[in-house]
Amino acid sequence: MQMTSQVDSTTDHHAAATVIEARDLNLVFGSGDASVHALKDINLNINKGDFVSFIGPSGCGKTTFLRCIAALETPTGGSLMVNGMTPEQARQNRAYGYVFQAAGLYPWRTIAKNIKLPLEIMGYSKAEQDKRVAEVLELVELSGFGGKFPWQLSGGMQQRASIARALAFDADLLLMDEPFGALDEIVRDHLNEQLLKLWARTNKTIGFVTHSIPEAVYLSTKIVVMSPRPGRIHEVIDSTLPKERPLDIRDTPEFIEIAHRVREGLRAGHGYDE
Amino acid sequence: MRSLVAVLTVVAGIVGIWYLACVPMNIKGVLDAAERAGEQVQPMTAKERRDASAFGLVAKNGFAISRVWSVERPRLPAPHQVAVELWKTTVLKKVTSKRSLIYHGYVTLSATLMGFGIGTVLGIALAVGIVHSKVMDMSVMPWAIVSQTIPIIALAPMIIVVLYSIGVQGLLPKAIIAAYLSFFPVVVGMVKGLRSPDHMQLDLMKTYNASGNQVFWKLRLPSSMPYLFASLKIGIAASLVGAIVGELPTGAVAGLGARLLAGSYYGQTVQIWSALFGAAILAAVLVALLGLIERVLLGRMGVKS
Repeated sequence: MQMTSQVDSTTDHHAAATVIEARDLNLVFGSGDASVHALKDINLNINKGDFVSFIGPSGCGKTTFLRCIAALETPTGGSLMVNGMTPEQARQNRAYGYVFQAAGLYPWRTIAKNIKLPLEIMGYSKAEQDKRVAEVLELVELSGFGGKFPWQLSGGMQQRASIARALAFDADLLLMDEPFGALDEIVRDHLNEQLLKLWARTNKTIGFVTHSIPEAVYLSTKIVVMSPRPGRIHEVIDSTLPKERPLDIRDTPEFIEIAHRVREGLRAGHGYDE
Repeated sequence: MRSLVAVLTVVAGIVGIWYLACVPMNIKGVLDAAERAGEQVQPMTAKERRDASAFGLVAKNGFAISRVWSVERPRLPAPHQVAVELWKTTVLKKVTSKRSLIYHGYVTLSATLMGFGIGTVLGIALAVGIVHSKVMDMSVMPWAIVSQTIPIIALAPMIIVVLYSIGVQGLLPKAIIAAYLSFFPVVVGMVKGLRSPDHMQLDLMKTYNASGNQVFWKLRLPSSMPYLFASLKIGIAASLVGAIVGELPTGAVAGLGARLLAGSYYGQTVQIWSALFGAAILAAVLVALLGLIERVLLGRMGVKS
């Protein structure tokens, strides 16, 4: 663990440490008249340690792009590299953890056993499994809940457990598809704050799909504004906010200015047409 | 407590209807016996009575009503007659006796359990194949459905004859007939259960680069458990029916089916009904047992109870 992070930090200096590189990426579902151009000419670089949010109205392809990175969808044109590999190779190398909109915990497993699921599949030893479960439970502030079944936890706690599950194995990339979309705003604020702390502690690269402007601005170092029909990148906004972000940073002029730019970008990209 | 009262009320209602039904069902037999004993009966001859309505006979011969519940070979035995017969053939007879319902029940039970075991294993194996292979899905499933459209009463003698001709007899043919009925609900339930994980759960396994085996053992199989138990409960009841039907064409000398057959040969309706109730009680016990296993297992799997 110590070793790998050192190696990573040295490579940081060499190459620009690009984790995700998309060149003229296209994805068309179906064919003929019924075809849907889900992604059109996507060009994007995501560097190591970035927190990148994808924001846009439904149908803009933000989730589809995340799924392409995860090799859950296959692009029909252009190139996409993840850690210098094809997405399929990266998936086989277990390069990323994926957090879905719903927690998707197995109801027949306790929280600890749910977190062990990827570890069992990847063949970690029993002792290592227990150690990692304790670590990530602490990371998402769920220590002491390992023996509980999912239905005994609130929605926010379940989502935290699902994040812990994605953190349990050594993937430097965390892909999150509207992970807090189904939660109320109070819980969401709290989880956003926790997620930032977690990101600071683990130094992971995070791809985060959302349709909340404040959430995107609060979390990200880079905001990718997307627009629909065909799904494309309208604008990439680099955040000027400091890495340390208390919740009340959202009342600063700087924050409001960035949020305004995102909103303008969405409007220009016809994000508000419907 | 209130539900207990409600349940007992319903049971009392059913028993009451049963007792009432005995009156028109048995009145002709009672009147024939009374006529032979020299009593005054309206109308006088058996021929006239045969054409008369049962309710009319009851109205004209009120004195005979009290006798309809204690006829020796009634068309419809009264509940207490069945209960007494059940008591006599279970508790009061030695289990080694050929007249013990426990003995006959045991014979049928062993075929039922063996058939249930075969049917369950076969059903799960077929379901696993169907879920994992498109070819099996298209080739096996239609046959499984067709197999259940053939009346088992028509098929059972053929199975027994075919197996007898290759030297298989005794318990196994009955078990195979039982398995024939019980594998189907298991196939249907397990196919549904193994396919119950949604896209997201399957995608999650894909992000872990899980093998097909791992997806099966860690996701599909646990997901299918509630479906499996629902199927097993239907399967074991069907298996019992199969075992009983399997005893009919052989003219079997032992088993609940043999009791039913012997009862109908000799007009022993009380014996038929007690064998039927014996089978029903056996089925209820088996299903309840499965329910218990289900509760323990699913409870350990974290299902709220």
